[in-house]
Amino acid sequence: MAGEAELRLREHLSRLSQMRLLGGTRLSGELKRLQEQLERIAAEPTDEEIWEKVLLARDDDRPYALDYVERLIDDWIELHGDRLRADDAAVVAGVGRFAGHSVAVIGNQKGRDIKERTKRNFGMAYPEGYRKAMRVMELAERHGFPVISLVDIPGAYPGVAAEQHGQGGTIARSQALMARLRVPIVACIIGEGGSGGAIATALADRVLMQENAIYTVISPEGCAAILWRDSKQAPRAAAAFKPDAVHCLELGVIDAIVPEPQGGAHTSYDEAAMLLGASLQAALEELDSVAGDELRRRRRAKFRAIGTVKSLAAAT
Amino acid sequence: MAKIDVSIEHRHAPAPVDGGRPHPNTCPKCGSHYRDDELDSNLRVCSQCGHHFSVRATARIAQLADPGTFEEEAAELRSDDPLEFFDLRPYTERLAEAEVSTGLGEAMVIGGAAIDGHPCELAVMDFSFMGGSMGRIVGEKLTRACDSAAERQVPLVSVTASGGARMQEGILSLMQLPKTVCAVEDLHDAGVAMISVMTHPTTAGVLASFASLGDVIVAEPGALLSFTGPRVVQQTTREKLPDDFGLAESNYRFGHVDAIVPRPELKPFLAKLLRIFGNGR
Repeated sequence: MAGEAELRLREHLSRLSQMRLLGGTRLSGELKRLQEQLERIAAEPTDEEIWEKVLLARDDDRPYALDYVERLIDDWIELHGDRLRADDAAVVAGVGRFAGHSVAVIGNQKGRDIKERTKRNFGMAYPEGYRKAMRVMELAERHGFPVISLVDIPGAYPGVAAEQHGQGGTIARSQALMARLRVPIVACIIGEGGSGGAIATALADRVLMQENAIYTVISPEGCAAILWRDSKQAPRAAAAFKPDAVHCLELGVIDAIVPEPQGGAHTSYDEAAMLLGASLQAALEELDSVAGDELRRRRRAKFRAIGTVKSLAAAT
Repeated sequence: MAKIDVSIEHRHAPAPVDGGRPHPNTCPKCGSHYRDDELDSNLRVCSQCGHHFSVRATARIAQLADPGTFEEEAAELRSDDPLEFFDLRPYTERLAEAEVSTGLGEAMVIGGAAIDGHPCELAVMDFSFMGGSMGRIVGEKLTRACDSAAERQVPLVSVTASGGARMQEGILSLMQLPKTVCAVEDLHDAGVAMISVMTHPTTAGVLASFASLGDVIVAEPGALLSFTGPRVVQQTTREKLPDDFGLAESNYRFGHVDAIVPRPELKPFLAKLLRIFGNGR
């Protein structure tokens, strides 16, 4: 592998090195370390390394969406409620200023301590959460604000009320809305990109993924329980379905990998935010000059082409 | 002259064979047992209690399409194994086995057809093929069905039966959600209607993508239509589940489907929709 993934990473690094970052800091001092990181990232992870990434992605101390918002978004105002029946604390949404633009930000939010975790339902959204994200995306569309989506969800909440409130249909309609928006959308998987709950807010023009994030169709435990009939086989399941950023890049599911500080994002929130901010800014700049209808056309074309089977034409 | 009903003689199910599973022709609700021809002639609905048995894709097409009108498209498409996925057995082996046992290339069959003389595009899923799971070929076929419907300006009728995304294709199976959503959005933009028929079971990734985006959503009685299945909800939350958890009737009550249509009425119901949404605009 490596080839294309490494190329994209190198391109990303060279952009990083040229770019003025937040508060005027430059990355020059970081370059050597980033170079080392490049070598580390570009290598396909082993089965053990994949499981380490699963653990890092779920680390209790990993920065959450609001930690990045606090460091990257000026004049932040959080908006609440889905305008229908509730305010789901597992999803945060709001408006603010980023890199000279007014932007809308949506994100999944887990909690730090047990009280906040309970309040935020461990980051597992109800349909009300996606509907809050949807109404803020509609607001963004009305005002021409780019949308930044920070994805970090173990999965949609598997509860009775969530089903009764239309979990499946809401996830479908949130994606459909994103397929219709004429404003730029950049998504980044910043922790767990868990299944339908993640894709509900990840149908974006540019999909980024942090170095130690995971993006999965089902939790490793869930997959192990079904296919191995033993949820303790989760590390084997994770190794089999390859949820790490390098494999996602290789499969064309994401557009770029966002480097994290050495040791993982939890070791330095400021540095992790700086690296994420640079990537988000670069992605938004690329989209800035594209007209709305064209953005939308390209976004749909991109998702319609992901994972096209190579042997389609050759099939008998 | 009335046909003599012999089904009573078969009402008591034969003893379950391998692994205690009831015989597929035994009604799980009332225990009535049928011969194949009895079930087929009643559209695979239990004549005693109205339970809807599952219907294979080819049989469904025969039930809905006017005889001789169905022209299959993209029948040649087959999945490959992008992740070289291996659980207890290799994915390629599971695929080959599914093809042999179902006679289908994938879990979805698409093609042009007419229903009561109204042209449409059909996209019908088959639960027997790996639980009707959606991998890249199912996503591709649904996408092609959308394009074909848009090109011919005829409504798309999808009939879903699926356990969700196909885990063996990893993250690429999750990507079939946005892929099919984008295809349906393109169809909507082309001014062509989509009618979604949800049959048992329509769950997880299929419910959370194209199936929920129909202009009109129709469900079969008793079908399980839930993002998360009852067993997982029970295990993770320990909530007491209502008796009708996730069923079509519950979804209807909560406003997620437009109509519950028993199978014998499905074809006339679709024909009526096609008259409204079809070429007579």
